[in-house]
Amino acid sequence: MALDKNGIAQRIAQELKNGWYVNLGIGIPTLVANYIPHGIEVEFQSENGILGMGPFPFEGEEDADLINAGKQTITTVPGASFFDSATSFAMIRGQHVQLTVLGAMEVSQNGDIANWKIPGKMVKGMGGAMDLVASAENIIVAMMHSNKAGESKILKECTLPLTGVGCVKKVVTELAVLEIKDGKFHLIERAPGVSVEEIISKTEGDLVVPDVVPEMHFD
Amino acid sequence: MNKVVKNVEEALVGIQDGMTLMLGGFGLCGIPENSIGQLVKLGTKNLTCISNNAGVDDFGIGLMLQAKQVKKMISSYVGENDEFERQMLSGELEVDLIPQGSLAERCRAGGAGIPAFFTPAGYGTEVAEGKEVRVFNGKPHILESALTADFAIVKAWKGDTEGNLIFKAAARNFNPMMAMAGKITVAEVEELVPAGTLDPNQIHTPGIFVQRIFQGERFEKRIEQRTVRKNA
Repeated sequence: MALDKNGIAQRIAQELKNGWYVNLGIGIPTLVANYIPHGIEVEFQSENGILGMGPFPFEGEEDADLINAGKQTITTVPGASFFDSATSFAMIRGQHVQLTVLGAMEVSQNGDIANWKIPGKMVKGMGGAMDLVASAENIIVAMMHSNKAGESKILKECTLPLTGVGCVKKVVTELAVLEIKDGKFHLIERAPGVSVEEIISKTEGDLVVPDVVPEMHFD
Repeated sequence: MNKVVKNVEEALVGIQDGMTLMLGGFGLCGIPENSIGQLVKLGTKNLTCISNNAGVDDFGIGLMLQAKQVKKMISSYVGENDEFERQMLSGELEVDLIPQGSLAERCRAGGAGIPAFFTPAGYGTEVAEGKEVRVFNGKPHILESALTADFAIVKAWKGDTEGNLIFKAAARNFNPMMAMAGKITVAEVEELVPAGTLDPNQIHTPGIFVQRIFQGERFEKRIEQRTVRKNA
């Protein structure tokens, strides 16, 4: 059965390593914080100027001066710090943040990502996405395999305006975990009960399929 | 050196039609709301506003958009604003979208005497169009230029009569870099104290970057997305 958004987040959380600083984008990536594996300690960076972001505040404890990059009220954990936007992006561009998880409209087999603009529709801006994808060593995209029209978002080449080139290393969708290597997608895992055939049929880009594709494992 | 002005009216003296302004804040967090109110009252027109966001319809820079005071916005993200969308689609409003980190660094560079710098952000995208590309350590980078402004208007938590500033939590964001990049920098603070009251070890923005400082009359500090946990 295909995963839901929480399942995608839970699978991505398995990639977290002890001691990592992690930047989570808006949408499915935000949910990753709910599934940090036992014994793993990570710290979340919010690009508006926070290291050590915690959960939402209790009702009545909201602070207008304490929001995340999605403009939601949040809290901090012990050991947190605040800083300005230039310092924040120094952390990002300077590769001090070990993992970036973000959503996408399209990903191509050479690791290009498009997630900020649809021509003809209102352009809201890229925010920090271009800085994040240009520099992060480890970028995981969390998204659905196909768009609302049923078209694959896993492509030979992106059709939408790019956010970054050759930067995505891994994609986790409701159907599969894909790695991007040597200009191709590689099928690493499939969601429980999802067939390799279904993944192949919903992937437009070149896909390398090994003889045995293990199912994702959840505790 | 005493930088204190009486009120917001005095703080914004000299702002004229056609000027370039920097306005601190991320979303509605850490925006100079008293100064924005005064700008609307003054009715100054044809402004170029450099600010990470453009407020919402009825708060922040959104109020200046409603009053058609803005000719051009230089921002990284401008969603959540219907009037902005209408003016942009009708061509009344020019918009220059810049990656957030590049925007922050361009302001910092403007205040730091660095005319331009290379960054990997935006390489291979439409942001790179017309910009010089150079390869450093095997990776392509694009040339981005510094930004400065006739007036930079920032908001701080505490400030002293010398113009030293301390920000609170995530309300710091773009304020320190913009303070550096203004020909005239105006700081509105929640609490204005005599020189010597703030611990010099704790100052975020040294007073040299601030020309005028005043205590804001009223801070609404509106929350854009109120998200909470249920009490246990």
